[in-house]
Amino acid sequence: MKEENYYDKDQTDKSRKKKKSTMHRILLCIRPYLPLVILSLLLAVVSVALQLLVPIYIGDGVDVIVDKGRVDFPALLQILKKIILCICLTAAAQWIMNHVNNKITYRIVRDLRVQAFHQLHEVPLSYLDANPAGDLLSRVITDVEQLSDGLLLGFTQLFTGVITIIGTIIFMATLQPLATLIVVVFTPLSFVIARFVSTHAFVYFQKQSAARGDLTDLTNEMLGNLKVVQTFGHEQDSMEEFAKRNGELSGYSLKATFFSSLTNPSTRFLNALIYDGVALAGCLLCFLSPFGGAVMTIGELTSFLSYVKQYSQPFNDITGVLTEFQNSVASAARVFELLDTGKEPADDNDAVVLSHAKGEVALAHVAFSYVPDRPLIENLNIRVHPGKRIAIVGPTGCGKTTLINLLMRFYDVNSGSISVDGTDIRHIRRTSLRDNYGMVLQDTWLKAGTVKENISYGKPGATEEDIIAAAKKAYAHSFIMRMPKGYDTEIEENGGNLSAGQKQLLCIARVMLHLPPILILDEATSSIDTLTEIRIQKAFDNMMKGRTSFVVAHRLSTIREADEILVMRDGHIIEQGNHEELLKKNGFYKKLYTAQFERS
Amino acid sequence: MRRLFSYMKVHLLESVLAPLFKMLEATFELFVPIVVANMIDRGISGRDVPYLIRMSILLLVLAACGLGFSIIAQYFSAKVATHTAQMMRDDLFAHIQTLSWRQIDALGTSTLITRMTSDINTVQNGVNMFLRLFLRSPFVVFGAMIMAFTVDPHTAMTFVVAIPLLFVIVFAILLITMPLYRKVQKQLDAIMRSTRENLLGVRVVRAFNRQESEKKTFDKEASGLYDRQIFVGKISALLNPLTYVVINLGIVAILWIGGRQVYAGALTQGKIIAQVNYMSQILVELIKLANLIILLSRAMASARRVDDVFCVVNSRQDGTAGFPEAEKGGGASIDFCHVLFRYEKDAEPALCDITFHAEAGSTLGIIGGTGSGKSTIVNLIPRFYDADSGCVSLNGTDVRTIREEDLRSHIGVVPQKAVLFYGTLRDNMKWGRKDASDKEIYEAIDIAQAREFVERKGDGLDLMIEQEGRNLSGGQKQRLTIARAVVRRPDILILDDSASALDFATDAALRRAIRSQMGKRTVILVSQRVSTVRSADQILVMDDGRLVGHGTHRELLNTCREYQEICESQMTAEEIQADRKGDD
Repeated sequence: MKEENYYDKDQTDKSRKKKKSTMHRILLCIRPYLPLVILSLLLAVVSVALQLLVPIYIGDGVDVIVDKGRVDFPALLQILKKIILCICLTAAAQWIMNHVNNKITYRIVRDLRVQAFHQLHEVPLSYLDANPAGDLLSRVITDVEQLSDGLLLGFTQLFTGVITIIGTIIFMATLQPLATLIVVVFTPLSFVIARFVSTHAFVYFQKQSAARGDLTDLTNEMLGNLKVVQTFGHEQDSMEEFAKRNGELSGYSLKATFFSSLTNPSTRFLNALIYDGVALAGCLLCFLSPFGGAVMTIGELTSFLSYVKQYSQPFNDITGVLTEFQNSVASAARVFELLDTGKEPADDNDAVVLSHAKGEVALAHVAFSYVPDRPLIENLNIRVHPGKRIAIVGPTGCGKTTLINLLMRFYDVNSGSISVDGTDIRHIRRTSLRDNYGMVLQDTWLKAGTVKENISYGKPGATEEDIIAAAKKAYAHSFIMRMPKGYDTEIEENGGNLSAGQKQLLCIARVMLHLPPILILDEATSSIDTLTEIRIQKAFDNMMKGRTSFVVAHRLSTIREADEILVMRDGHIIEQGNHEELLKKNGFYKKLYTAQFERS
Repeated sequence: MRRLFSYMKVHLLESVLAPLFKMLEATFELFVPIVVANMIDRGISGRDVPYLIRMSILLLVLAACGLGFSIIAQYFSAKVATHTAQMMRDDLFAHIQTLSWRQIDALGTSTLITRMTSDINTVQNGVNMFLRLFLRSPFVVFGAMIMAFTVDPHTAMTFVVAIPLLFVIVFAILLITMPLYRKVQKQLDAIMRSTRENLLGVRVVRAFNRQESEKKTFDKEASGLYDRQIFVGKISALLNPLTYVVINLGIVAILWIGGRQVYAGALTQGKIIAQVNYMSQILVELIKLANLIILLSRAMASARRVDDVFCVVNSRQDGTAGFPEAEKGGGASIDFCHVLFRYEKDAEPALCDITFHAEAGSTLGIIGGTGSGKSTIVNLIPRFYDADSGCVSLNGTDVRTIREEDLRSHIGVVPQKAVLFYGTLRDNMKWGRKDASDKEIYEAIDIAQAREFVERKGDGLDLMIEQEGRNLSGGQKQRLTIARAVVRRPDILILDDSASALDFATDAALRRAIRSQMGKRTVILVSQRVSTVRSADQILVMDDGRLVGHGTHRELLNTCREYQEICESQMTAEEIQADRKGDD
């Protein structure tokens, strides 16, 4: 780290260094598969060498077919046998090499992806809250995929490409050094041309993707909220705006497509010129003898010309591979960044196991903030006796969620302490602490899977009877039975096929099943229909009996029946007490309370 | 398909010239082996240096012409492709705007967005490659064969065997691997879903201590992906070696047959070389052709999907009458007469036999649980949906006879989901009414109780609102969507459960402001809160698509069991008692 600070002034140096270290990391990922990589390299050498031998044999073949009555058939047969042997071996080597390359790449990618996913479950929650889910998702999926593409291309085309170029030069040089010179000097030019075209096209590609992004934004906005657009009769305006942006996109798109499509014709042209030059020079060398005697046979010329073709091909491929690989390195860097994030600190060695808590929760002088210089909770003190019910009341953003985060130890307090049954929760094993909590959040989350799997999420292996009993207590049984396959109905991703109310009922059933000593409930505001809500409330009441519970409350009855009400505002507890006490105080709570029943 | 061609027809000239020029380019390439063969046969054996130089200049000219033709072709095809996509996007976007809510529900907005973006992109790409390659590649493959025949029919027979064989190999591998690749993609989607699910549910996963089992599930999925990738990889890795073998066996055959021809004096050395060259030319083009076919099949599927959306046509008849003004200015009376409505044909009715009358200028409250039909009732008024039977009328006129634009411009709707759009606050407010002045907008903001936070932000009406209103809290967004509807000064103002994110005090102030500052209009308040609807002139109590209670707060407290239950959960016993007696 310190070393890097050194280079702070020189940004390019730093990024180069980062790139280098990313390359290093990629190599480290490859290392376990070193034997396979060596095998792949060997196979590449073998197949390229064999491939290059074939034109020589073909040339030999042409040379024994001279003219009418002058064909050496036994020799030709011999040569053809050699060619057949070569091509069979080449094909086999190629296939095995491809397979080995797939193996290396896909294994590396699988390892990385698994690591990245595991990492998601080990980083502190603060990291996940600070980074948008979409971004993390694309690191695990898209970036790893990009790396996989790059690696695969790298292994297959870069290896063989480089070996082919080197091999061809050697073979050509042994055939005819003079003509080789023409090829070696001019072919890299096509590399330059390709580079030139692609950098110019790149500018337009960038503009194209910016314009496309704009258009997609607008499309998302206007089609995603089509009903609102129609409600306000805004169709015409949005069509005009769309046409404008669409025109821009089309303009850039034309340029990007056209310029990028110039690469192939222009390199093809250059290669044609080289081919032409070699053909001319070769022909002349067949009968002109600057050093005495014919320098080249016609067969050699044939071999040579086919080398010229083989030689230029890898150059085009390598250009493609290099751009692809650049993207891959950038993607890999993003994956490594995720992997390098510090993990949630492990439990202390002497951390205790809290088997079944009585449910005494105490917060003493707790201070907490998400951002260092913006204090949120300061000097918070609460003592909850076992079995008591705490209602948390306050406007949105007042810190209710933060309190839940701290109780569950999703976040650690900055100072002060939270204890359960007298033990500081930092000295309790996380798993056992969380086992003692049951949580129903408004933000309902379900897994893609059957209803049964979802209810037994907190208690895998629960019996069917237990599951049904829990569902009945949560008033979910009847709607579950109405679903096509009852408890075996597949729930779509995040409960797509359920109403908000039904989702919440399942979440309640999930907690009902394992019923821990302490509950955290975020009361529904509007998603459950009123009559069901009344029944749920009764179930909640049963569930809470004898259990310490924290309820983020919206309903008057819950608030009134709480043993203690915490009125929160801007991260502070501004009032604390039971309903009657708070009303007498005539403060913020009174205001909130009367507002609900004020006549308008 | 026909639609796609009709777009391409707009650039008919370019669409025809692009493949033609591509073909010309290929033709010039096909001459090269012949020229080289002549150089060998005539140039070398005749030691004819000027001839060699002439021929090499010819090669140069051929290459230059090829380059020129190809650039022209690339430009034309890029132009046709981008313009086709542009026109398609414009038309599709306009078409989607005309769809009815029922159709939008059936298609789903995310589907519409992918049709609009990635599907049309695929079509664009397909058109581009199609114009470039669909003539060129087959032309080169068969052209090479024909040229080979003109050189020597005997050796050319190898082409007759090799080409079909190559076709079979290439397409067999494609056909086998395509569904396998789809499986790979599906598994990748599954992995993506797991990851997304875990990211969203990380709190629950940790609360239930299920990290380890989630990891295990993921490991299994990742290994599943690996297995599928390796399996399909093994098959598709066959493509190169097999085609290589076929092509080179073809060359072996040319040498053997050619050798005998030369021996008999029917063929020259240079011509054998030409045949070998033609053989190697085939391979590259054949692979290109195969890729083109994959691309085209994808583009066709996308074009078909786009076409599916075009085929959904909103057949609803627009009315012709203007908006029926109330007799004594302001507001409109609303009548529902035995209305029955289903969202889908065979579904349970979402509304069943609903009949009520609301006076012009009165306030109507609608209360009930989620899915009870509250929103459905209000959605029938601006004709977002049409009743299946029965009728909805405003000031005595059936809504179906009123011109849609007129109808909707007299109704202000605050939807359940608070949505704002990218742009300034002023732009957003003008959605309500285009010619609203700043003063009018501020009045609306006042009524919606949004003045305070708007002023706190400091930019006034120039406040930039990000897409979907991301830079505002839920309550702020909700108040602004209310203001947007108020700007319209509508005859009927519908608040569809749109104060749910407001605290009770703000909610009450909002209702007071609407009452006192907006003059005579019909107001509909949809809510789950008793406090929101209790002072309405009449309240509809909805349960499961049925109207189970209908009257004032006090009447309902005394007569409607469902309403009583709702009140009991939200009010104290004493309050209910007091309200029953009605001492207000």
